[in-house]
Amino acid sequence: MLGGPLRSAAGGAAQVDVEAVNIRELLTGLGDAHPKLKPIIDKGVAVSIDGQIYRDAWFQPISPDSEVHVLMPLAGG
Amino acid sequence: MTNSETGLKERQFKIVGTRPLRPDGIDKVTGRARFGADMAAPGMLVGKILRSPHAHARIRSIDATKALVLPGVKAVVTHEDFAEVGADLQDVLENVMAQDKALYDGHAVAAVAAISAGVARKALRLIEVDYEILPHVTDVEAAMAAEAPVLHDDIVTSGVEPAPKTPSNVVHRHEFGHGDVAEGLAQADVVIEHDFKTAATHQGYIEPHACVGSVGPDGQGELWCCTQGHFWVRNTCAALLGMDVSHLRVTASEIGGGFGGKTTVFIDPVALALSRKAGRPVKIVMSREEVFRASGPTSSTAMTVKIGVRRDGRITAGEAVLKFQGGAFAGSPVDLGAMTAFACYDLEHVKTVAYDVVTNRPKQAAYRAPGAPMAAFAVESVIDELASKIGMDPIELRLKNAVENGSQSSYGPKFGPVGLVETLVAAREHEHYTAPLGANQGRGIASGFWFNFGGQTCVSLNINADGSVALAVGTPDIGGSRASMGQMAAEELGIGYDKVRTIVADTASLGYNDISEGSRVTFSTGLATIQAARDAIGKLCGRAAQTWGISPDAVVWEDGYARPAGANAGEFPPLSLAEIAETAAKTGGPIAGHCEVNAAGAGVSFATHLVDAEVDPETGRAKILRYTVVQDAGKAIHPSYVEGQYQGGAVQGVGWALNEEYIYGEDGRLQNPSFLDYRIPVASDLPMIDTVIVEVPNPGHPYGVRGVGETSIVPPLAAIANAVSAAAGVRLTELPMSPPRVLRGIDEAAANGKA
Repeated sequence: MLGGPLRSAAGGAAQVDVEAVNIRELLTGLGDAHPKLKPIIDKGVAVSIDGQIYRDAWFQPISPDSEVHVLMPLAGG
Repeated sequence: MTNSETGLKERQFKIVGTRPLRPDGIDKVTGRARFGADMAAPGMLVGKILRSPHAHARIRSIDATKALVLPGVKAVVTHEDFAEVGADLQDVLENVMAQDKALYDGHAVAAVAAISAGVARKALRLIEVDYEILPHVTDVEAAMAAEAPVLHDDIVTSGVEPAPKTPSNVVHRHEFGHGDVAEGLAQADVVIEHDFKTAATHQGYIEPHACVGSVGPDGQGELWCCTQGHFWVRNTCAALLGMDVSHLRVTASEIGGGFGGKTTVFIDPVALALSRKAGRPVKIVMSREEVFRASGPTSSTAMTVKIGVRRDGRITAGEAVLKFQGGAFAGSPVDLGAMTAFACYDLEHVKTVAYDVVTNRPKQAAYRAPGAPMAAFAVESVIDELASKIGMDPIELRLKNAVENGSQSSYGPKFGPVGLVETLVAAREHEHYTAPLGANQGRGIASGFWFNFGGQTCVSLNINADGSVALAVGTPDIGGSRASMGQMAAEELGIGYDKVRTIVADTASLGYNDISEGSRVTFSTGLATIQAARDAIGKLCGRAAQTWGISPDAVVWEDGYARPAGANAGEFPPLSLAEIAETAAKTGGPIAGHCEVNAAGAGVSFATHLVDAEVDPETGRAKILRYTVVQDAGKAIHPSYVEGQYQGGAVQGVGWALNEEYIYGEDGRLQNPSFLDYRIPVASDLPMIDTVIVEVPNPGHPYGVRGVGETSIVPPLAAIANAVSAAAGVRLTELPMSPPRVLRGIDEAAANGKA
């Protein structure tokens, strides 16, 4: 699932299919499938797997039945 | 919600959850604590920064000839004294020192190092800057207009179709949400839409930015500074000066408040550049005026919110358009505002649109839960009015729509175990909620959400020969974290809290640690501390096993002692941590535990605030009479500091809601850069802030911890606006609700026959 500007960069698709067993493969696959996503991914995104949000965790496993969201990066004060 | 429901093991704590004295307390109340401005070095020079008096001007030339020949002046630096950096740091560098243009009143254009403050000030006056003054814009909506002066030729709005071809002050348009808002609104019995505005406010930390930088002739540098993240400061300063990261060692001082405002650099690279040129240490301390003009306040905003509700209290759709200006550079927290705006509610149809806008103001910096308080102000104000319109109790309306475990969030993912419902129920059951109100008084309620996050963390825990423990963390202590870390280490090790001394180590002593931000320290440094303690326990058990001549697997750690795991392991008297430590030199050398982690699993958190306010109808002055914060902490390690975070968020919210405001003149200059004219709340403005800690454990932390530092500033703007609006008898939609603005609202409502 794509949120915010990621969705528009993927041609308006709220949901895209990517074969990936971890976050690194997911982001690489997304960038390959949707080149307009690549600069956004390179600047930094967050990934939610089954509701748990990860930043910069390439090797976090993704199960076949996981719900995955790619989000804009988080910041804090 | 219980531990078993969230998957956490039930555990009886001995030290976690108690309220021991903070280790830095004596130093802070006796003046021994060393803050940024307390640092000194032999041969130190004084650094001062020349700042643009113009809101927007091209810099034709800078001539420092006369300043450099002034006796006592040792160095002058401009943008030419910094390295070329990549795109990721270009804005940081340009904000530290202007290049071709000064982009706001107070933008640094040059700096001088001299033997005294007097000489340095005189030298600044001798630096000749030839400016070409350009038209400026400081208001977010004015900056979006087609005829607005454009700050950057290379900003072309992204996220709109067709893609524009000309530069603009609108950096991007981003859209979030799901469902079909039009369809949802069509199902509503009542739809309310309002426009809202909030002013830029400053974090208001009492300690100004201060640092001492020193670069020797061998290129080795040291920096002492007040910051929320000295590892980030090290990496950034090294890049801006073209140094190897290993050539710069940064030590974080005690910090007199940050609240997000000390998560970037302003003066630190300048002190280092001056020192490198002068060959002596250089100290820079910002004045309060500089802090206001040239550090990072938060965004000012313009927002529109539309929400529909059925008469049974079910919200059918929510929509928001958010426009945030983030000062002279891209990066306002508008996306976070858009992602959090409706996060409290389980909505089938929701849409938020975010515009990031640049203006001739200082580059915004993070301020607790960046972007969320303003968005919550707008959304929760409309929710309040909807409740009134359909005749429903405002907590009941929220409960009918509150997100729970499994709800899809407005920003995408499904929530895990969360505590919004628990905070709403606790607020409803609190005696405050039904206490009587007097004339001209009103009660407001609002809820709020924040993500919280983890991040890179590195901790070392050293077992000393006498059985005491030295815990080295890399996250500056901005809220009592040394006490909390000491509690968690002591809890795991089974020793007394007073046996653990926690320090914030310098950048040469630990691996990289992310900034103390995002409410991440008690969660991620706490998690790393627990893991480091468990690592040390494994080694302690190993030493005991060697001593007894049994397998390490046959040793367990209980209550500070290594014991044989059972009868089959053999019969040996338990060995205490101190006993094992005493013989460490003979059993294998020092014993230490370590943890390096990129912590994930920070639980989101929710809060609900109750406020009573009174409005003087003659003057429009609003006074806060009573305030109660209810917030989910997951697990409160040191309840006093959790309560302190709750109270602090509420107090900053009171200032933001009622008084605080960056005021710019027609000339684009800041009119109120002092605490006399920019009024933060003082004790006499405030009631005691009551607190209720809700604990819905976070399954991502061994003890259930959720971050607490930011969520507490999300509901106050809305809760106070709802209270003041109720007291004034008119919906107030612009912050701050200063007396003239409240009076104008009352007068306009009276003129319209509404009051």
